[in-house]
Amino acid sequence: MSEILSIDNLTKKYGYLTAVSNLSFTINKGNVYGILGPNGSGKSTTLGIVLNVVNRTSGEFKWFDGTVSTHEALKKVGAIIERPNFYPYMSAYDNLKLVCKIKGVSYEKIDEKLEIVGLIERKNSPFRTFSLGMKQRLAIASALLNDPEILILDEPTNGLDPQGIHQIRTLIKQIASEGTTILLASHLLDEVEKVCSHVVVLRKGEKLYSGRVDEMVSSFGFFELRTEKTTELVKLLQADAAFNKVTELDGLVTAFLEQPMDASDFNKMMYEKGIVLSHLVKRKPSLEEQFLQLTDSTNPTKN
Amino acid sequence: MKRLLNIELQKLLLNKTSKVLIIISFILPFFVILLSSFKINFFGLFTIELGEYGIFNFPLIWHITTFFAAFFKIFFAVVVVSMVSNEYSYKTLKQNLIDGLSKKEFILSKFYTIVFFSLISTVLIFFITISIGLYYSSIDEFSIIIKGTEFILAYFVKLLGFFSFCLFLGMLLRKSAFALAFLFIEYILEWFIYWGVYEAFDNSTEKAEMVKNFLPLESMYNLINQPIQRAIMMYSPEKVDFAYDYAVHWYEILIVLAWTGIFIFLSYRLLKNRDL
Repeated sequence: MSEILSIDNLTKKYGYLTAVSNLSFTINKGNVYGILGPNGSGKSTTLGIVLNVVNRTSGEFKWFDGTVSTHEALKKVGAIIERPNFYPYMSAYDNLKLVCKIKGVSYEKIDEKLEIVGLIERKNSPFRTFSLGMKQRLAIASALLNDPEILILDEPTNGLDPQGIHQIRTLIKQIASEGTTILLASHLLDEVEKVCSHVVVLRKGEKLYSGRVDEMVSSFGFFELRTEKTTELVKLLQADAAFNKVTELDGLVTAFLEQPMDASDFNKMMYEKGIVLSHLVKRKPSLEEQFLQLTDSTNPTKN
Repeated sequence: MKRLLNIELQKLLLNKTSKVLIIISFILPFFVILLSSFKINFFGLFTIELGEYGIFNFPLIWHITTFFAAFFKIFFAVVVVSMVSNEYSYKTLKQNLIDGLSKKEFILSKFYTIVFFSLISTVLIFFITISIGLYYSSIDEFSIIIKGTEFILAYFVKLLGFFSFCLFLGMLLRKSAFALAFLFIEYILEWFIYWGVYEAFDNSTEKAEMVKNFLPLESMYNLINQPIQRAIMMYSPEKVDFAYDYAVHWYEILIVLAWTGIFIFLSYRLLKNRDL
């Protein structure tokens, strides 16, 4: 598996503020990566650095094993950051033609990509007449012009209406299914959960986790339980070493597992102890829950 | 180089405002010069023909046309300033870099465009001047015709220097209005510096002028001094106190070229150190 981007001890300071602190991770070909983090966690700054628009304070990054200069490498990358930026007075076609000139791609690709994002009928309309959803789709067409090795998307659905969000997500999934490496920065977890296989979690510019999505939190899952004897159940579970945390809310007891346990075994055990469960679900934590657990529980010790 | 020029020309020529301003700054001056060379008949009352006064004779004509045509450079200056400020306001500068243009290439594409339009303007004025001159002059000796063509070179360097200054101001201030206002402030500033040196060195006009000659706007103006005095001198050679140095000197060209280099380099440094 070949390396597309490797980041090594990257740091960016804006005056006293450290936006990115000693960040290291690697992007390999063929995977779909997510960069997760609350607003202001350094996602866009990190992308800005590797995309040549923000100057790093220290650290290194290498595109494609460091064999080419950054701006040459970017010709093989497709990237959309924040809002779509195009020349308002030019038509969709002319805007893409300009990108072709910059990237050194033939103009034949333009119609093909406009077709993919469904803007072919509007190709001669000026960019300023487009809705935000259309602008964002044009941005995706632009990023795809060079058939990129990696597609970088920073908050691609920000500010779009539900229909627009749906269109963009469908497009991303379609592109991912064709084997393009994707790096998706977002604070919308369901977005990342639906498409990404790997995540990098940031908070205040520091990396909290990087790796596969399903291994993010070493968790054996948790039970959601309901019974008539709620207090007894809670007492029983708290005494059991197999559980590390038990919470109760409106009669719904949530018990986090410390070690592997089967739902049927647990049910049997409860029954033997005289507690009849009216509701029993074993779940793995969702990405959102894992994310909150990661960002909340880690003490900001390095400040 | 062709690629970078091509990129910038597309940005400019598809923009209606830029296109109109480019036409005004390059086509208009030649029309004005051309028209003024015709015989103008005021409703049959009287006619004015500037050519009769000999101002369209070689070698003076090189001086006259380049001096007056250079005033129209302010229209293209607006284009230069806005071609930078637009990139900031549309955020397309950021997008260009992400798409794979390097910061150096970005500045170079602007600079090549400046060189390109300065060259076009210079070539146009060369042909217009030579045609008007040949029409009015009885001289057809080649050596006399080309005497004074140094003003054409000065014209080119003057445009180049001025537009590079505008490019730098655009990069520095990011807003066209600020950049153009700064041009005006710079003009006043140079007079302040002149006055400062004058006061500091016991009211020495000589020293003050010497310092001012090194400042950007003044050095550009010095390339082509006003030709009116020279025209008057041609008629009344006895007025010796009218004599002044109107020639294009090599060091004047050098100063402006140095400023051009400084402005382009500073534009690049600004962009390089800036987080977008």
